[in-house]
Amino acid sequence: MSTNKEYLRIEREKEWRTELRKKIANKDRTAMTRTRMPELDPFIRIRYQDREVNSGLTANQAQLEAARCLDCPTPTCIEGCPVSINIPKFVKYIEQGSFLEAAKTLKETSALPAVCGRVCPQEKQCEATCFYTQKMKKDPVAIGYLERFAADYERESGLMSVPEVAPSNGIKVAAIGSGPASLAFSGDMIKLGYDVTVFEALHEIGGVLKYGIPEFRLPNKIVDVELENLQKMGVKFVRNFIVGKTASFEDLKAEGFEAFFVASGAGLPRFMNIPGENYNGILSSNEYLTRVNLMNANKDEFDTPIIKGKNVAVIGGGNTAMDSVRTAKRLGAERAIIIYRRSRAEMPARIEEVHHAEEEGIEFLNLANPIEYFADEKGKVNRIRVQRMGLGEPDASGRRRPIVLEGTEYDIPVDLVVVAVGVSPNPLIPSEVKDLKVSKWGTIEVNEETMQSSIPELFAGGDIVRGGATVILAMGDGRKAAANMDEYLQKNR
Amino acid sequence: MNQIVEKVLFSEKVAKFVVDAPRIARSRKPGHFVILRVDEKGERIPLTIAGADPVKGTIDLVVQKMGVSSSKLFELNEGDFILDMVGPLGKATHIHKPGTILACGGGVGVAPMLPIVEAFKKAGNRVISILAARNKDLIILEDEIRKWSDEVIIMTDDGSYGTKGLVTTGAEMVIQRETVNECIAIGPAVMMKFTSLLTKKYQIPTQASLNAIMVDGTGMCGACRVSVGGRTLFTCIDGPEFDAHQIDFDELMMRLGGYAAEEKLANERYL
Ligand SMILES: Cc1cc2nc3c(=O)[nH]c(=O)nc-3n(C[C@H](O)[C@H](O)[C@H](O)COP(=O)(O)OP(=O)(O)OC[C@H]3O[C@@H](n4cnc5c(N)ncnc54)[C@H](O)[C@@H]3O)c2cc1C
Ligand SMILES: Cc1cc2nc3c(=O)[nH]c(=O)nc-3n(C[C@H](O)[C@H](O)[C@H](O)COP(=O)(O)OP(=O)(O)OC[C@H]3O[C@@H](n4cnc5c(N)ncnc54)[C@H](O)[C@@H]3O)c2cc1C
Ligand code: SF4
Ligand code: SF4
Ligand code: FES
Repeated sequence: MSTNKEYLRIEREKEWRTELRKKIANKDRTAMTRTRMPELDPFIRIRYQDREVNSGLTANQAQLEAARCLDCPTPTCIEGCPVSINIPKFVKYIEQGSFLEAAKTLKETSALPAVCGRVCPQEKQCEATCFYTQKMKKDPVAIGYLERFAADYERESGLMSVPEVAPSNGIKVAAIGSGPASLAFSGDMIKLGYDVTVFEALHEIGGVLKYGIPEFRLPNKIVDVELENLQKMGVKFVRNFIVGKTASFEDLKAEGFEAFFVASGAGLPRFMNIPGENYNGILSSNEYLTRVNLMNANKDEFDTPIIKGKNVAVIGGGNTAMDSVRTAKRLGAERAIIIYRRSRAEMPARIEEVHHAEEEGIEFLNLANPIEYFADEKGKVNRIRVQRMGLGEPDASGRRRPIVLEGTEYDIPVDLVVVAVGVSPNPLIPSEVKDLKVSKWGTIEVNEETMQSSIPELFAGGDIVRGGATVILAMGDGRKAAANMDEYLQKNR
Repeated sequence: MNQIVEKVLFSEKVAKFVVDAPRIARSRKPGHFVILRVDEKGERIPLTIAGADPVKGTIDLVVQKMGVSSSKLFELNEGDFILDMVGPLGKATHIHKPGTILACGGGVGVAPMLPIVEAFKKAGNRVISILAARNKDLIILEDEIRKWSDEVIIMTDDGSYGTKGLVTTGAEMVIQRETVNECIAIGPAVMMKFTSLLTKKYQIPTQASLNAIMVDGTGMCGACRVSVGGRTLFTCIDGPEFDAHQIDFDELMMRLGGYAAEEKLANERYL
């Protein structure tokens, strides 16, 4: 930590930074208002599944926003970022107009800045701990928007740097799953000279970034550019390959793989186990979003069917619920309702997504919980019975516990229900590997410092270790695992 | 991409495809299935691995033309490629030696039954197989099943081949004649339902292999959920075989119709 602080100080004392700080007085900086993200009109955007809502800052807007940042001597924002990005450094590069340098700074720490700039819950992380939020009770510096700006600028400039790769050391390692944890891991390992293969069960690379998060929030082409880069660096991607099924760990070891990084995600959808939940027209958010995002079911020329509901209820209050309900709206729902058992303040979704959902005409039925479903004679859901909830004392998560208000049940007509009440760890790998230590929740147990599991050559990270978490945490795990796997392999060969 | 090495037509609507898939051929066991996507626009459909040659690196798939996706596959020929294929999926059949096995296959369900019959026979059981279909043309894999059965009974709805009647008629005859230790039922949901009701009456442990609607096949979507013994399970990772006496077949049949309207539309567009 001290070296880190020392490093930050040295960086901050560089001439260009001190010069920049002098250019505008702090009181003028703090007098500026936070830049608003230009976005597509809600009435237009609800007609398109594949048009991104946020259109991104212009260079001018980005520089103005960057000028708000005070380049604090103790940049508390960094403490809020799970991977400790050197935030003031990249922000000041933007203020100075050195956008490519800003992007490079981001890449020192983050494997996928264009993704994190878009999907990180900034209001709970870096922006929550920004000086503006904490000490001035003002809107924080728009770190997320700026991160996205720098990464997009680099990508669109065509000057994206392919990082240097060390000469091959001939050691074969495998990553299992192709979500953000795995992509971050692969990038680091290939740079160190390893021979890296990523195995993915589905026919597309990217994990939740592809099959879960919709185009209107994270366009696939952004993920694809990152994948192409990794490919250029030499990472091999194998699709349609389930480790533990298509081949076992033993098979892969026999083929020369010396270590594994398991990043198989939290793929298993949870249901509520209430009467009628297996009626037709009641889907997990994973199924609903996969049909649309992976299988293109919303487009006529694709074969996968989708139910286009007119009255759609989505159960839950997280990002997955927001993505599902907004997808339903875009597929033509007249009424698209969020049913969430706590209040708005407890919603785990990113604030921005909740705002966007409201603008798009999504209805919010908070403090309500479904207790039963009803169906027509063909077994197609047509009614949902909800019960009103109140809020009691805070529970272990610090959020106030929802309590049932008896006698408050009523019915809502629906023709499609999407259940987005959480996911459990993907059980495939834990069930195929005998001696692997697994928690009672089914997550793989690792040493938090090294990401090493109970099997020395097997490391793990991302949602399979944390349960449903975030992209940035998954990436952080991937990088940590890479560093420690490298050390392990160098020591043990 | 997986190349089709051989295609054998069993009838106008049923064909066997021998497909190049060396990894899957080596890892698969009886009861396993694959999920494939014929082309870029295709859906992911599950098909049982009806046989495999680990040396040649091929697997056998037997496909019945149903709607758009199975028809698209059906149109492919020797030398053509299937875009994506992943497997082997599901839990393998629990092969053991209870004594006498009654294997009931309906329609295209005979295909997934074949490797199971073979494995039970090789494990030293007495195997009696019943092949049932609407008519003679729809009876498939008879010779292959004979090779691994002590006895084969053919049942057709219209009497055009074998004995006229349903699979349950044949099954009850066998059960009344001799001791059956275990039963397997694979075929249309209705057929499995009634077979299961019959064997429940005689308290014969029965496994049914379910053909739920699937998307990913890895436990990620829950499209394939079924109620077994009052619990919701996922066919792709907990099955596809379950204790038939515990399965809610009515719910299964209802769920198979979940996309009927959308599929009908797609089929009309396709034709
Ligand atoms: C709809 C939705 C919206 C979200 N929105 C946000 C957001 O706005 N911000 C945010 O930070 N986080 C968000 N998240 C959470 C975030 O996406 C996850 O935390 C993150 O993707 C986890 O990454 P991962 O690398 O652990 O695994 P995943 O992204 O889950 O990828 C795992 C991959 O492994 C594959 N796999 C599994 N088993 C095997 C096997 N045996 N062999 C081969 N491959 C296998 C799977 O097919 C999958 O592709 C969202 C999640 C969802 C579902
Ligand atoms: C584990 C498993 C193994 C299977 N093995 C085989 C196999 O070896 N050979 C084979 O021919 N088929 C098999 N099936 C069924 C096969 O997957 C479906 O026939 C196929 O998905 C239908 O797609 P389609 O687009 O052609 O028809 P659709 O247009 O989707 O459907 C046409 C008609 O078929 C019905 N239908 C749809 N899906 C299914 C289904 N999963 N099962 C039964 N009826 C359905 C529909 O209700 C509709 O009436 C298996 C299914 C599962 C789950
Ligand atoms: S990675 Fe996320 S938390 Fe870290 S600085 Fe970027 S937006 Fe903030
Ligand atoms: S805390 Fe806020 S103002 Fe201070 S350096 Fe970080 S982003 Fe800039
Ligand atoms: S097919 Fe998706 S969970 Fe079984």
